[in-house]
Amino acid sequence: MSVHVSTLQARISGESTASSPLSTEEYFVNMGPQHPSTHGVLRLVLRLDGETVREVVPVLGYIHRGIEKMGEHGNYRQFVHLVDRMDYLSALANNWAVTMVVEKAAKMETNDRIQAIRTLVCELQRIQSHQLWWGVFGMDLGAFTPFFYGLRDREQICDIFEKTIGARLTMNYIQPGGVMYDIHPDFVKDVKAFLTYFKSKMPEYDALMTENVIIQERLRGIGKLSAERAIALGATGPVLRASGVAHDLRKSEPYGLYSQVDFDVPVGTTGDCWDRYWVRMEEMRQSVRIVEQLIDNIPEGKTFLVKPAAKIKVPAGVHYSHVETARGVLGVLLVSNGKDAPYRIHCRTPNFNNLWCIGEMATGGRIGDLVATLSSIDIVVPDIDR
Amino acid sequence: MSWPVKTIAERTGDLLPGSPWTASVYVLLTILAVTAFMTVTGLVLIYAERKIAAHFQCRLGPMRVGWHGVLQTIADALKLLLKEDIVPRDADALLHILAPVLSFAGMLLVMIALPMSPSLQVADMNIGVLYVTAVSGLGVLGILLGGWSSNNKWSLLGAMRAGAQIISYEVSATLALLVVVLFSGTLQLSGIVQSQEAGWWIWRAHGCGIVAFAIFLIAGTAEINRTPFDLAEGESELTAGFHTEYSGLRFSFFFLSEFLNMFVLAAMTSTLFLGGWMPLHIGHFAVFNGVMDIIPPGLWFTLKTTAMIFLIMWFRWTFPRLRVDQLMRLEWKILLPIGFVNLFVSAACVVTGCYFFAR
Repeated sequence: MSVHVSTLQARISGESTASSPLSTEEYFVNMGPQHPSTHGVLRLVLRLDGETVREVVPVLGYIHRGIEKMGEHGNYRQFVHLVDRMDYLSALANNWAVTMVVEKAAKMETNDRIQAIRTLVCELQRIQSHQLWWGVFGMDLGAFTPFFYGLRDREQICDIFEKTIGARLTMNYIQPGGVMYDIHPDFVKDVKAFLTYFKSKMPEYDALMTENVIIQERLRGIGKLSAERAIALGATGPVLRASGVAHDLRKSEPYGLYSQVDFDVPVGTTGDCWDRYWVRMEEMRQSVRIVEQLIDNIPEGKTFLVKPAAKIKVPAGVHYSHVETARGVLGVLLVSNGKDAPYRIHCRTPNFNNLWCIGEMATGGRIGDLVATLSSIDIVVPDIDR
Repeated sequence: MSWPVKTIAERTGDLLPGSPWTASVYVLLTILAVTAFMTVTGLVLIYAERKIAAHFQCRLGPMRVGWHGVLQTIADALKLLLKEDIVPRDADALLHILAPVLSFAGMLLVMIALPMSPSLQVADMNIGVLYVTAVSGLGVLGILLGGWSSNNKWSLLGAMRAGAQIISYEVSATLALLVVVLFSGTLQLSGIVQSQEAGWWIWRAHGCGIVAFAIFLIAGTAEINRTPFDLAEGESELTAGFHTEYSGLRFSFFFLSEFLNMFVLAAMTSTLFLGGWMPLHIGHFAVFNGVMDIIPPGLWFTLKTTAMIFLIMWFRWTFPRLRVDQLMRLEWKILLPIGFVNLFVSAACVVTGCYFFAR
């Protein structure tokens, strides 16, 4: 840790970028690892000139659990449940990413029912993840009420998951060869009830946050990220799309049943916090559209095509596959030596690259802007450290 | 109908020639009563805030301690009382201890000037308005000292924000206050209430009153550091702002004075613009005014203050926080010019006698 701080201090001793005619002194502040708006144990070292942020350096490693290394010591099925603990708000998409690479490499069969269920639960989870983000975003901007509104509606999706999957956060549901359990008999009814409910609540979200003048003042033109820089930094998901790049794996490399449904990819223009906010709000509406199209046409069929206890052997070689989670592209690189456990497994997580944009977005802004920008990236820290 | 005002200070003065002992006992009882009043008001406000916030957020709030959680605040106060009292090693111990006291004292001194009813006012100074503006500025000293003495960068940032914010917004608050002083022609708080016998200043002054009311409410909310102006605390930015390093009873002093400041603001707003303890009168409609007079003045004051407190809480649970430069822009570029124009227009109204029910 001290390495980062000392390099920063070395940089500061060279020249002062203080712009005020009064003599001011720059100083360092550690934001985190314990801080209300770093969402867990992220640590940002800030170089400040009064309220103005001159430099932001993220310091990682506070929640490193060695998930990739642990993956080498278990079989493929065991690795699926480990990735639940990376980006815990899109556990299903993580499951799917691993499942997809294993299925592709081992050439395992699936059917339309499995793909429909996977698509449905992943889209429900995208809504759920964005709802939580919306609430936390409000809280980071100093409004407490959105948090409770967001969680209230998220609760309903969690209840739907609980009935089918048995878990609310760490699902371990999508498995190579199928899904862990068939959907609950109430699933279709519950999802439809939720859609009706949620569509009536979206105007409430807009009234509370989107149309609020303080929100707009605080978000417009803040934390800008150009399309070129977003691509160069490897940003994905809503962060990239807010900068004006219409890149969404669900459209560009459709998996599951995404090629059969009709939806738009919302794209921003300037890449500021407002665009990121707007893109996510719009994505919730698009996810509702996808779920609406699929919920009535879930095909019949089996939901698990292999024996659950069967060992999966992946042919030797390097395999890669990726999915679009709520936060961006999650890629899984699998190096296999032909045994039933991976030789090396690496996850390219969206949050890591997205977080690295903060240095460019927040420099020159105020502390309040930094908090808004960090929140608009929507990071989940365990996904960064793994 | 006239409203004879007799303050507690005057009553003590009456007792003094008879027996100094009776007078001292009376003073002692008054001090006890004021302390009890403040404590109870603080507890009630904290409970009200938690319940109101809860219902804004589709939840119930405290429900377990006592009926609907009425004893929750008392339980919390006891918990804070029993907590370890921590003064950070590198802090300036004396200033660290002094800060919450100063913050509390600023609020306490305002409290004695509030006219709650014709017979319930501790002291009625002839420069009441000036006094309130002056001593309420003392609170910022406590916040600045607390942030500075904690020796913590987050605290210092919070304190500096608070300093800039409170001092700036005091200008606008005072300008809005002057409008009422102009119309009523007195600085005495009970006099201002009496001057609203024919109607409250919020509607009698051709729009000047309501503009001044809005400015006073906004500036006042900023002065007491509540959302959308809670930058000094700024939980998501500065962890807890100026009171990051405070715990236990010292923290609760900051907390209590914050809530009582809200009461003071609500009481001042209702005194200046909504007639204070004066019932709702409309000019010379004797029947209507007579009906309104049935409700006792103390109740009128309570109702108006409660309504204002509810409004301030409503702000807090609806709005996000402003940014520090937006905060300054709002004050110096928007509120202040409007305040000045408003003051000139009101002056013109007063000079020409062009407002409702002018004498």
